[in-house]
Amino acid sequence: MSTVIKIENLSKKYVIGHQREEKYTALRDVMAHKLRGIGQRLRHPLSPNKEETNLEEFWALKDINLEIKQGDRVGIIGRNGAGKSTLLKVLSRITEPTTGRITINGRVASLLEVGTGFHPELTGRENIFLNGAILGMGRVEIKRKFDEIVDFAEVEKFLDTPVKRYSSGMYVRLAFAVAAHLEPEILLVDEVLAVGDAAFQKKCLGKMKNVSKEGKTIFFVSHKMDAIRRLCDHVVLLEKGKLIAHGEKIKIIDQYLASEDLRSTLNDRGPAPHKGMHLRSIVLLGKDLKSKNHFKRNESCHVNIVYDINTPLENVHIVCHIVDIEDRIIVSTGDCDVNRELYLERAPGSYMTNFKLPTNILNEGEYTLIFALGVPYGYVYDRLTDTVGFSISESREKSGPAYVQRRPGFVIQDILWTTTQLDTAYQALPSSPEKGKFNE
Amino acid sequence: MKKDIIIIEAGRSERNYWMDLWKYRELFYFLAWRDILVRYKQTIIGVAWALIRPLLTMLVFTIVFGKLAKLPSGGAPYPIMVFTAMLPWQFFATSFSEAGNSLIANSNMISKVYFPRLVMPTSAVIVSFVDFLLSFGILLGLMLWYGFVPEMRIFMLPLFILLAFAASMAGGLWIAALNVRYRDFRYIIPFIVQFGLYISPVGFTSSIVPDKWRLLYSINPMVGVIDGFRWAILGGDYQLYWPGFLLSLVLVTTILATGIIYFRKTEKTFADVI
Repeated sequence: MSTVIKIENLSKKYVIGHQREEKYTALRDVMAHKLRGIGQRLRHPLSPNKEETNLEEFWALKDINLEIKQGDRVGIIGRNGAGKSTLLKVLSRITEPTTGRITINGRVASLLEVGTGFHPELTGRENIFLNGAILGMGRVEIKRKFDEIVDFAEVEKFLDTPVKRYSSGMYVRLAFAVAAHLEPEILLVDEVLAVGDAAFQKKCLGKMKNVSKEGKTIFFVSHKMDAIRRLCDHVVLLEKGKLIAHGEKIKIIDQYLASEDLRSTLNDRGPAPHKGMHLRSIVLLGKDLKSKNHFKRNESCHVNIVYDINTPLENVHIVCHIVDIEDRIIVSTGDCDVNRELYLERAPGSYMTNFKLPTNILNEGEYTLIFALGVPYGYVYDRLTDTVGFSISESREKSGPAYVQRRPGFVIQDILWTTTQLDTAYQALPSSPEKGKFNE
Repeated sequence: MKKDIIIIEAGRSERNYWMDLWKYRELFYFLAWRDILVRYKQTIIGVAWALIRPLLTMLVFTIVFGKLAKLPSGGAPYPIMVFTAMLPWQFFATSFSEAGNSLIANSNMISKVYFPRLVMPTSAVIVSFVDFLLSFGILLGLMLWYGFVPEMRIFMLPLFILLAFAASMAGGLWIAALNVRYRDFRYIIPFIVQFGLYISPVGFTSSIVPDKWRLLYSINPMVGVIDGFRWAILGGDYQLYWPGFLLSLVLVTTILATGIIYFRKTEKTFADVI
């Protein structure tokens, strides 16, 4: 297979001005700034130029080297601000790199946003033409594919309705349909599948998969590991503008999930004597008593907490919520739930406490811990959110022979089903079941 | 099919730019089509709006300059004389403000899709040109009403329309690029449009300007454009002031050329600053 995209030493720099608060520049400010600079020069001719010290360079991308072969389906993953979108923007020529060189062999279409250039006043039909033209299709080409697009989007009935009257689902479907029929050799897609209902997302992924079967190359940015797993073969991991890893998807996704962002520790925050209760540090410990945050299901994990009590207190507790990625509390636990005397009275001093995370019931996914210290349903002395987190993974074999994907549900509980084969042919139960048969 | 090879490098987009512009030629049409469609969908009076505005301005100018101030019209009926100038002026003024705001108004497109950015202000100028053609219809009506027959010079008009187009593009490109970079240019646009109406010979003929000042007066490129229009349409003893006209011609060309250069130089950063 031939190389279609070759990226050499690619870097992109943004300059952030610290003095400015506005989003954009105004000439008036620039002139005022210059004049102030000149004034300063006259007064202190030898001092360094102030203006430069106010600007901070920020490398959105730094020394990226990458080679993509024809037909590759490449997923790009990384935390927010890792440079994923900037990379796509540079590749699609929206913005220019600061240094480096990219050689692209083939027609590129980029889909960084669904429905760019859609005008709410125009009808569906008109917007198909407009959007197609913006994405680089000719009029003849759009006409040829018009029916196919309408079909895919399922909006036949509303073709002559202004899109401002569309439901958001219809809007997204139409927009994606136009983009999906671009027929580029290289398709750059940014997180656009985050919209639309599940069925449509599936349809989009399917369409993109088909596209790649025709020997087309796909670049796909997403936060949804699930979508990346389904669509891509290779994954590129970016972190703070640098390419950290590139290779086979399962390995890289695991590396990503295990990476730093889910912090396993909160280092000592120092004392805070004015607070009645104060959390000092948190650490997640694996079996070997080393801090870690990527666990297999059922693997032992201890949460170790140090806190201060600064005044004598009664009727207080520490509560910890285990929260999933969509901010739902899965499990909540408190330090007095079992150990009830603790609730009555606490003397000033530093304490260490620990509990075992219920990794046996947590389903695959990422979780964060929320801590609150205080009176139940009352005054909260200290609260910590989003600081410490962990992820749970499970091998497919362990979750049972029937599960190819993540088992549905918030929690996992292995439940024993008792099954026997009946001796005789099954007869319908009498209309009133015999009481006491199932030990209610 | 020949494979397109794109090389992206800092400061490198020059090579395929003009080819790209050609590839995206239909986008000019579609963007102009969108703007016209939207305009006439949103306003109740629709097309009429493009006609009412110049007609009313013409009426006011005729009354103020022709009837009250009693300025000379140079032979032709005063309304026709004013309207002949209104055509290029309105064209320039709408192009200037529409093109100037075109990039900001479509900032989501700029930051999400690649296309040669020149398409945007240019299609704004094209939309204004459609208005221009509509107003031209009014002029024909006025000429019929007054029984005014133009001379053979009218066949030179396309050349002056071209000049008006160049002037509109020149102003539009500069202001569009500057407006992205320095957002306070949006306050300057209406000012220039309003001010320009009075310093350009729209309500009066440029012959009332004393001879020794005429060359200086022609530094305003629209003077040359408007005089050209009047020379071609009105005919009669309407004479072109050649030194001034040539000066306007040179200025329009220079501003257009530098406008394109400046636009090309800054357009790579549009997506970053918009």
